[in-house]
Amino acid sequence: MESLQRFLRANAPGGLLPWSRQAAAAEAFHQSWAEIEAAALALGLLPCRYQRNRQSISVEQQLRLFQSRVAVLGCGGLGGHVIEQLARLGIGSIVAIDPDVFEEHNLNRQLLSTIASLGQPKVEAARARVAAINPAVTLLPIRDTFAPSNGIGLLTGSQVVVDALDSVDTRLALAESCAELGIPLIHGAIAGWYGQVVTQYPGELSLRRLYPAGVASKGTEQQLGNPAFTPAVVASMETAEVAKALLGIGKALRGRVMTVNLLEMTFDEIVFEDGVPPHRAPLILPDPPGGKLPDGGVASTNIVPWSD
Amino acid sequence: MQTETVQITVKLFASFRAGRFVEAKQTCVPGTRIADIISRLEIAPKDIGMIMLDNRHAEPEQPLHAGARLSLFPLLGGG
Repeated sequence: MESLQRFLRANAPGGLLPWSRQAAAAEAFHQSWAEIEAAALALGLLPCRYQRNRQSISVEQQLRLFQSRVAVLGCGGLGGHVIEQLARLGIGSIVAIDPDVFEEHNLNRQLLSTIASLGQPKVEAARARVAAINPAVTLLPIRDTFAPSNGIGLLTGSQVVVDALDSVDTRLALAESCAELGIPLIHGAIAGWYGQVVTQYPGELSLRRLYPAGVASKGTEQQLGNPAFTPAVVASMETAEVAKALLGIGKALRGRVMTVNLLEMTFDEIVFEDGVPPHRAPLILPDPPGGKLPDGGVASTNIVPWSD
Repeated sequence: MQTETVQITVKLFASFRAGRFVEAKQTCVPGTRIADIISRLEIAPKDIGMIMLDNRHAEPEQPLHAGARLSLFPLLGGG
Protein backbone atom coordinates (compact mmCIF):
# COMPACT_ATOMS: atom_id res chain seq x y z
CA MET A 1 0.00 0.00 0.00
CA GLU A 2 2.79 2.36 0.90
CA SER A 3 4.51 1.71 -2.41
CA LEU A 4 1.25 2.42 -4.25
CA GLN A 5 0.95 5.70 -2.43
CA ARG A 6 4.53 6.52 -3.30
CA PHE A 7 3.90 5.63 -6.93
CA LEU A 8 0.80 7.82 -7.11
CA ARG A 9 2.49 10.79 -5.45
CA ALA A 10 5.50 10.47 -7.75
CA ASN A 11 3.25 10.35 -10.82
CA ALA A 12 0.95 13.24 -10.00
CA PRO A 13 2.82 16.45 -10.79
CA GLY A 14 1.04 19.41 -9.26
CA GLY A 15 -1.35 17.01 -7.53
CA LEU A 16 -2.85 15.88 -10.84
CA LEU A 17 -2.83 12.20 -11.81
CA PRO A 18 -2.96 11.53 -15.57
CA TRP A 19 -5.09 8.64 -16.80
CA SER A 20 -2.05 6.88 -18.26
CA ARG A 21 -0.43 6.77 -14.79
CA GLN A 22 -3.72 5.71 -13.17
CA ALA A 23 -3.89 2.83 -15.62
CA ALA A 24 -0.22 2.01 -15.07
CA ALA A 25 -0.77 1.90 -11.31
CA ALA A 26 -3.71 -0.47 -11.76
CA GLU A 27 -1.54 -2.83 -13.77
CA ALA A 28 1.54 -2.59 -11.59
CA PHE A 29 -0.30 -3.06 -8.30
CA HIS A 30 -2.95 -5.49 -9.57
CA GLN A 31 -5.80 -3.24 -8.50
CA SER A 32 -8.89 -2.03 -10.31
CA TRP A 33 -9.10 1.40 -11.89
CA ALA A 34 -11.70 2.23 -9.25
CA GLU A 35 -9.38 1.23 -6.40
CA ILE A 36 -6.60 3.37 -7.86
CA GLU A 37 -8.93 6.35 -8.30
CA ALA A 38 -10.14 6.04 -4.70
CA ALA A 39 -6.57 5.70 -3.42
CA ALA A 40 -5.44 8.78 -5.35
CA LEU A 41 -8.33 10.90 -4.11
CA ALA A 42 -7.73 9.74 -0.54
CA LEU A 43 -4.15 11.02 -0.91
CA GLY A 44 -5.47 14.39 -2.08
CA LEU A 45 -4.41 13.69 -5.67
CA LEU A 46 -6.88 14.61 -8.37
CA PRO A 47 -7.24 12.47 -11.49
CA CYS A 48 -6.60 14.87 -14.39
CA ARG A 49 -10.10 14.30 -15.73
CA TYR A 50 -11.48 16.29 -12.78
CA GLN A 51 -9.09 19.21 -13.18
CA ARG A 52 -11.83 21.56 -14.37
CA ASN A 53 -13.99 20.65 -11.39
CA ARG A 54 -11.58 22.53 -9.15
CA GLN A 55 -13.01 25.47 -7.20
CA SER A 56 -16.49 24.05 -7.74
CA ILE A 57 -15.70 20.60 -6.30
CA SER A 58 -12.72 20.08 -4.00
CA VAL A 59 -10.58 16.92 -3.93
CA GLU A 60 -12.24 15.88 -0.66
CA GLN A 61 -15.66 16.34 -2.24
CA GLN A 62 -14.52 14.46 -5.34
CA LEU A 63 -13.64 11.53 -3.05
CA ARG A 64 -17.08 11.68 -1.46
CA LEU A 65 -18.73 11.60 -4.88
CA PHE A 66 -16.56 8.66 -5.87
CA GLN A 67 -17.61 6.78 -2.73
CA SER A 68 -21.30 7.40 -3.52
CA ARG A 69 -23.91 5.26 -5.21
CA VAL A 70 -26.79 6.81 -7.17
CA ALA A 71 -29.73 4.92 -8.68
CA VAL A 72 -31.19 6.23 -11.95
CA LEU A 73 -34.69 5.04 -12.82
CA GLY A 74 -35.14 5.26 -16.57
CA CYS A 75 -32.39 5.41 -19.21
CA GLY A 76 -34.29 7.38 -21.85
CA GLY A 77 -34.34 11.13 -22.47
CA LEU A 78 -33.64 12.28 -18.93
CA GLY A 79 -31.80 9.17 -17.76
CA GLY A 80 -29.28 9.13 -20.61
CA HIS A 81 -28.13 12.66 -19.85
CA VAL A 82 -28.20 12.07 -16.08
CA ILE A 83 -26.03 8.93 -16.36
CA GLU A 84 -23.58 10.69 -18.69
CA GLN A 85 -23.23 13.59 -16.25
CA LEU A 86 -22.99 11.40 -13.15
CA ALA A 87 -20.15 9.45 -14.76
CA ARG A 88 -18.28 12.59 -15.80
CA LEU A 89 -18.92 14.10 -12.36
CA GLY A 90 -17.17 11.11 -10.84
CA ILE A 91 -19.96 9.28 -9.02
CA GLY A 92 -18.28 5.98 -8.21
CA SER A 93 -21.28 3.71 -8.53
CA ILE A 94 -24.37 4.16 -10.71
CA VAL A 95 -27.33 1.79 -10.76
CA ALA A 96 -29.19 2.11 -14.07
CA ILE A 97 -32.68 0.61 -14.20
CA ASP A 98 -34.81 0.35 -17.36
CA PRO A 99 -36.67 -2.55 -19.01
CA ASP A 100 -36.64 -1.18 -22.57
CA VAL A 101 -34.59 -1.45 -25.75
CA PHE A 102 -33.83 1.50 -28.02
CA GLU A 103 -36.27 2.27 -30.81
CA GLU A 104 -35.96 4.64 -33.73
CA HIS A 105 -38.24 7.29 -32.20
CA ASN A 106 -35.74 7.61 -29.31
CA LEU A 107 -33.06 9.04 -31.62
CA ASN A 108 -34.36 12.63 -31.48
CA ARG A 109 -33.37 13.09 -27.83
CA GLN A 110 -32.04 10.05 -26.00
CA LEU A 111 -28.29 10.51 -25.57
CA LEU A 112 -27.47 6.81 -25.35
CA SER A 113 -29.39 5.91 -28.50
CA THR A 114 -27.57 5.52 -31.82
CA ILE A 115 -28.36 3.70 -35.03
CA ALA A 116 -26.03 0.95 -33.84
CA SER A 117 -27.82 0.59 -30.50
CA LEU A 118 -31.34 0.22 -31.92
CA GLY A 119 -32.83 -2.95 -30.47
CA GLN A 120 -30.29 -3.08 -27.65
CA PRO A 121 -31.24 -2.79 -23.97
CA LYS A 122 -30.90 0.80 -22.79
CA VAL A 123 -29.07 -0.26 -19.64
CA GLU A 124 -26.44 -2.06 -21.73
CA ALA A 125 -25.86 1.09 -23.76
CA ALA A 126 -25.50 2.96 -20.47
CA ARG A 127 -22.90 0.46 -19.25
CA ALA A 128 -20.90 0.75 -22.47
CA ARG A 129 -21.06 4.54 -22.47
CA VAL A 130 -19.87 4.89 -18.88
CA ALA A 131 -17.07 2.38 -19.47
CA ALA A 132 -15.94 4.50 -22.42
CA ILE A 133 -15.98 7.70 -20.32
CA ASN A 134 -14.37 6.38 -17.15
CA PRO A 135 -13.71 2.68 -16.46
CA ALA A 136 -13.18 3.58 -12.79
CA VAL A 137 -16.90 4.30 -12.52
CA THR A 138 -19.06 1.23 -11.95
CA LEU A 139 -22.40 1.09 -13.72
CA LEU A 140 -24.71 -1.70 -12.62
CA PRO A 141 -27.23 -2.35 -15.43
CA ILE A 142 -30.59 -3.68 -14.28
CA ARG A 143 -33.00 -4.50 -17.10
CA ASP A 144 -36.17 -4.47 -15.08
CA THR A 145 -39.31 -2.43 -14.43
CA PHE A 146 -39.50 -0.65 -11.10
CA ALA A 147 -42.42 -1.77 -8.96
CA PRO A 148 -43.26 -1.58 -5.27
CA SER A 149 -42.50 -5.31 -5.04
CA ASN A 150 -38.88 -4.96 -6.19
CA GLY A 151 -38.26 -1.34 -5.16
CA ILE A 152 -36.50 -2.02 -1.88
CA GLY A 153 -34.06 -4.42 -3.52
CA LEU A 154 -33.32 -2.05 -6.41
CA LEU A 155 -32.75 1.04 -4.28
CA THR A 156 -31.09 -0.24 -1.11
CA GLY A 157 -27.51 0.97 -0.89
CA SER A 158 -28.01 4.10 -2.99
CA GLN A 159 -27.62 7.48 -1.28
CA VAL A 160 -29.73 9.35 -3.83
CA VAL A 161 -32.34 8.22 -6.37
CA VAL A 162 -33.01 10.00 -9.68
CA ASP A 163 -36.47 9.91 -11.22
CA ALA A 164 -36.03 9.77 -15.00
CA LEU A 165 -39.16 7.71 -15.56
CA ASP A 166 -41.94 8.29 -18.09
CA SER A 167 -44.94 7.16 -16.06
CA VAL A 168 -46.73 9.02 -13.29
CA ASP A 169 -47.82 5.82 -11.53
CA THR A 170 -44.27 4.48 -11.38
CA ARG A 171 -43.00 7.84 -10.15
CA LEU A 172 -45.43 7.82 -7.24
CA ALA A 173 -44.49 4.23 -6.38
CA LEU A 174 -40.82 5.22 -6.54
CA ALA A 175 -41.46 8.14 -4.19
CA GLU A 176 -43.06 5.78 -1.67
CA SER A 177 -40.14 3.36 -1.80
CA CYS A 178 -37.65 6.22 -1.36
CA ALA A 179 -39.60 7.52 1.64
CA GLU A 180 -39.63 4.04 3.15
CA LEU A 181 -35.88 3.69 2.69
CA GLY A 182 -35.11 7.26 3.78
CA ILE A 183 -33.46 8.15 0.46
CA PRO A 184 -33.76 11.61 -1.15
CA LEU A 185 -35.49 11.53 -4.55
CA ILE A 186 -34.61 13.94 -7.35
CA HIS A 187 -37.65 14.28 -9.61
CA GLY A 188 -37.67 15.54 -13.17
CA ALA A 189 -40.37 15.38 -15.84
CA ILE A 190 -40.78 16.85 -19.30
CA ALA A 191 -43.35 17.49 -22.03
CA GLY A 192 -42.58 19.45 -25.18
CA TRP A 193 -40.76 22.69 -24.40
CA TYR A 194 -41.59 22.34 -20.70
CA GLY A 195 -40.18 20.62 -17.67
CA GLN A 196 -40.16 20.52 -13.89
CA VAL A 197 -37.67 19.56 -11.21
CA VAL A 198 -38.09 19.01 -7.48
CA THR A 199 -36.10 17.31 -4.75
CA GLN A 200 -38.14 15.35 -2.25
CA TYR A 201 -36.70 14.17 1.04
CA PRO A 202 -38.47 11.48 3.09
CA GLY A 203 -41.58 12.88 4.76
CA GLU A 204 -42.15 15.51 2.09
CA LEU A 205 -45.05 15.43 -0.35
CA SER A 206 -43.97 17.50 -3.34
CA LEU A 207 -44.70 14.75 -5.88
CA ARG A 208 -48.22 14.39 -4.52
CA ARG A 209 -48.76 18.05 -5.32
CA LEU A 210 -47.45 17.69 -8.85
CA TYR A 211 -49.45 14.51 -9.34
CA PRO A 212 -52.70 14.63 -7.32
CA ALA A 213 -54.65 11.46 -6.75
CA GLY A 214 -56.47 10.22 -9.81
CA VAL A 215 -54.33 11.84 -12.52
CA ALA A 216 -53.47 9.87 -15.64
CA SER A 217 -50.22 7.95 -15.87
CA LYS A 218 -49.16 9.86 -18.99
CA GLY A 219 -49.20 13.65 -19.28
CA THR A 220 -49.24 16.30 -21.98
CA GLU A 221 -46.07 14.81 -23.50
CA GLN A 222 -48.42 12.48 -25.34
CA GLN A 223 -49.54 15.43 -27.47
CA LEU A 224 -46.43 17.61 -27.22
CA GLY A 225 -43.71 14.98 -27.61
CA ASN A 226 -40.20 15.67 -26.33
CA PRO A 227 -37.62 17.54 -28.43
CA ALA A 228 -33.85 17.16 -27.99
CA PHE A 229 -33.14 20.09 -25.69
CA THR A 230 -35.76 19.70 -22.97
CA PRO A 231 -34.44 16.46 -21.42
CA ALA A 232 -30.89 17.81 -21.52
CA VAL A 233 -31.87 20.92 -19.51
CA VAL A 234 -33.99 19.09 -16.94
CA ALA A 235 -31.46 16.25 -16.57
CA SER A 236 -28.71 18.79 -15.89
CA MET A 237 -30.80 20.38 -13.15
CA GLU A 238 -31.46 16.95 -11.64
CA THR A 239 -27.75 16.10 -11.69
CA ALA A 240 -26.89 19.36 -9.91
CA GLU A 241 -29.40 18.41 -7.21
CA VAL A 242 -27.74 14.98 -6.91
CA ALA A 243 -24.32 16.58 -6.41
CA LYS A 244 -25.65 18.99 -3.78
CA ALA A 245 -27.48 16.24 -1.90
CA LEU A 246 -24.38 14.02 -1.82
CA LEU A 247 -22.06 16.84 -0.78
CA GLY A 248 -24.44 18.61 1.59
CA ILE A 249 -23.88 21.98 -0.04
CA GLY A 250 -26.03 24.71 -1.54
CA LYS A 251 -29.78 25.06 -1.27
CA ALA A 252 -31.74 21.99 -2.25
CA LEU A 253 -34.86 22.31 -4.40
CA ARG A 254 -37.01 21.17 -1.49
CA GLY A 255 -40.51 22.38 -0.73
CA ARG A 256 -40.54 24.16 -4.07
CA VAL A 257 -40.64 23.09 -7.70
CA MET A 258 -38.70 24.73 -10.51
CA THR A 259 -40.71 24.91 -13.68
CA VAL A 260 -38.90 25.24 -16.99
CA ASN A 261 -40.42 26.92 -20.03
CA LEU A 262 -37.93 26.85 -22.89
CA LEU A 263 -40.39 28.35 -25.39
CA GLU A 264 -40.56 31.59 -23.39
CA MET A 265 -37.20 30.87 -21.70
CA THR A 266 -38.51 31.39 -18.19
CA PHE A 267 -37.82 29.49 -14.99
CA ASP A 268 -40.48 29.84 -12.31
CA GLU A 269 -40.03 28.76 -8.73
CA ILE A 270 -43.26 27.57 -7.15
CA VAL A 271 -42.99 27.48 -3.37
CA PHE A 272 -45.19 25.04 -1.49
CA GLU A 273 -46.07 27.09 1.57
CA ASP A 274 -47.71 24.00 2.96
CA GLY A 275 -45.30 21.57 1.33
CA VAL A 276 -42.57 21.06 3.89
CA PRO A 277 -43.29 20.55 7.59
CA PRO A 278 -41.57 23.27 9.67
CA HIS A 279 -38.99 20.87 11.03
CA ARG A 280 -38.14 19.91 7.46
CA ALA A 281 -37.90 23.43 6.11
CA PRO A 282 -35.71 23.80 3.02
CA LEU A 283 -32.13 23.50 4.08
CA ILE A 284 -29.66 26.33 3.82
CA LEU A 285 -26.45 24.38 3.63
CA PRO A 286 -22.82 25.50 3.98
CA ASP A 287 -21.45 27.63 1.19
CA PRO A 288 -19.77 25.73 -1.62
CA PRO A 289 -16.03 26.20 -2.10
CA GLY A 290 -16.71 28.26 -5.22
CA GLY A 291 -18.22 31.10 -3.21
CA LYS A 292 -21.11 32.28 -1.14
CA LEU A 293 -24.64 31.92 -2.38
CA PRO A 294 -26.69 35.09 -2.76
CA ASP A 295 -29.34 35.77 -0.17
CA GLY A 296 -32.13 33.27 -0.52
CA GLY A 297 -29.84 30.90 -2.34
CA VAL A 298 -31.42 31.14 -5.78
CA ALA A 299 -30.60 33.78 -8.33
CA SER A 300 -32.20 34.75 -11.61
CA THR A 301 -35.52 33.04 -11.07
CA ASN A 302 -39.01 34.38 -10.84
CA ILE A 303 -40.71 33.83 -7.51
CA VAL A 304 -44.12 32.48 -8.35
CA PRO A 305 -46.94 32.77 -7.72
CA TRP A 306 -47.37 36.43 -7.17
CA SER A 307 -44.43 38.53 -6.27
CA ASP A 308 -46.46 41.55 -5.17
CA MET B 1 -81.51 43.08 -10.12
CA GLN B 2 -77.75 42.89 -10.45
CA THR B 3 -76.11 39.48 -10.01
CA GLU B 4 -73.28 39.45 -7.48
CA THR B 5 -69.91 38.54 -9.01
CA VAL B 6 -66.38 38.07 -7.74
CA GLN B 7 -63.14 38.65 -9.53
CA ILE B 8 -60.23 36.23 -9.44
CA THR B 9 -56.83 36.11 -11.12
CA VAL B 10 -55.75 33.09 -13.13
CA LYS B 11 -52.16 32.34 -14.08
CA LEU B 12 -51.42 29.63 -16.61
CA PHE B 13 -48.19 27.72 -17.08
CA ALA B 14 -46.40 25.92 -19.89
CA SER B 15 -48.63 24.64 -22.72
CA PHE B 16 -51.82 26.02 -21.12
CA ARG B 17 -50.71 29.48 -22.31
CA ALA B 18 -50.95 28.53 -25.98
CA GLY B 19 -53.99 30.30 -27.43
CA ARG B 20 -55.00 31.60 -23.99
CA PHE B 21 -53.00 33.95 -21.75
CA VAL B 22 -50.26 34.06 -19.14
CA GLU B 23 -52.27 35.85 -16.47
CA ALA B 24 -55.78 37.28 -16.60
CA LYS B 25 -58.65 38.46 -14.42
CA GLN B 26 -61.74 36.30 -14.52
CA THR B 27 -65.19 37.22 -13.30
CA CYS B 28 -67.41 34.54 -11.81
CA VAL B 29 -70.38 34.07 -9.53
CA PRO B 30 -69.80 33.20 -5.86
CA GLY B 31 -69.43 29.48 -5.35
CA THR B 32 -67.66 28.93 -8.64
CA ARG B 33 -65.25 26.03 -8.29
CA ILE B 34 -61.75 25.66 -9.71
CA ALA B 35 -63.11 22.93 -12.00
CA ASP B 36 -65.58 25.45 -13.47
CA ILE B 37 -62.75 27.78 -14.43
CA ILE B 38 -60.82 24.87 -15.95
CA SER B 39 -63.90 24.05 -18.01
CA ARG B 40 -64.42 27.69 -19.02
CA LEU B 41 -60.83 27.84 -20.28
CA GLU B 42 -61.48 24.67 -22.31
CA ILE B 43 -58.67 22.80 -20.62
CA ALA B 44 -59.19 19.04 -20.57
CA PRO B 45 -59.31 17.85 -16.93
CA LYS B 46 -56.95 15.00 -17.81
CA ASP B 47 -54.27 17.54 -18.76
CA ILE B 48 -54.34 19.23 -15.34
CA GLY B 49 -51.43 18.47 -13.04
CA MET B 50 -50.79 20.78 -10.13
CA ILE B 51 -53.31 23.37 -8.97
CA MET B 52 -52.27 26.17 -6.63
CA LEU B 53 -54.80 28.47 -4.97
CA ASP B 54 -53.36 31.42 -3.05
CA ASN B 55 -49.94 29.74 -2.97
CA ARG B 56 -51.33 26.50 -1.57
CA HIS B 57 -52.02 23.18 -3.17
CA ALA B 58 -55.69 22.91 -4.18
CA GLU B 59 -58.23 20.45 -5.55
CA PRO B 60 -60.60 21.05 -8.50
CA GLU B 61 -63.70 20.98 -6.29
CA GLN B 62 -62.56 23.88 -4.13
CA PRO B 63 -64.64 27.08 -4.45
CA LEU B 64 -63.08 30.40 -5.42
CA HIS B 65 -63.38 33.48 -3.26
CA ALA B 66 -63.12 37.11 -4.30
CA GLY B 67 -59.52 38.01 -5.02
CA ALA B 68 -58.43 34.38 -5.31
CA ARG B 69 -55.22 33.69 -7.17
CA LEU B 70 -55.35 30.47 -9.12
CA SER B 71 -52.39 28.84 -10.89
CA LEU B 72 -52.84 25.92 -13.26
CA PHE B 73 -50.03 23.62 -14.37
CA PRO B 74 -50.25 20.91 -17.03
CA LEU B 75 -49.48 17.31 -16.19
CA LEU B 76 -45.89 16.56 -17.25
CA GLY B 77 -45.09 12.87 -17.29
CA GLY B 78 -42.36 12.42 -19.87
CA GLY B 79 -38.82 11.32 -19.25
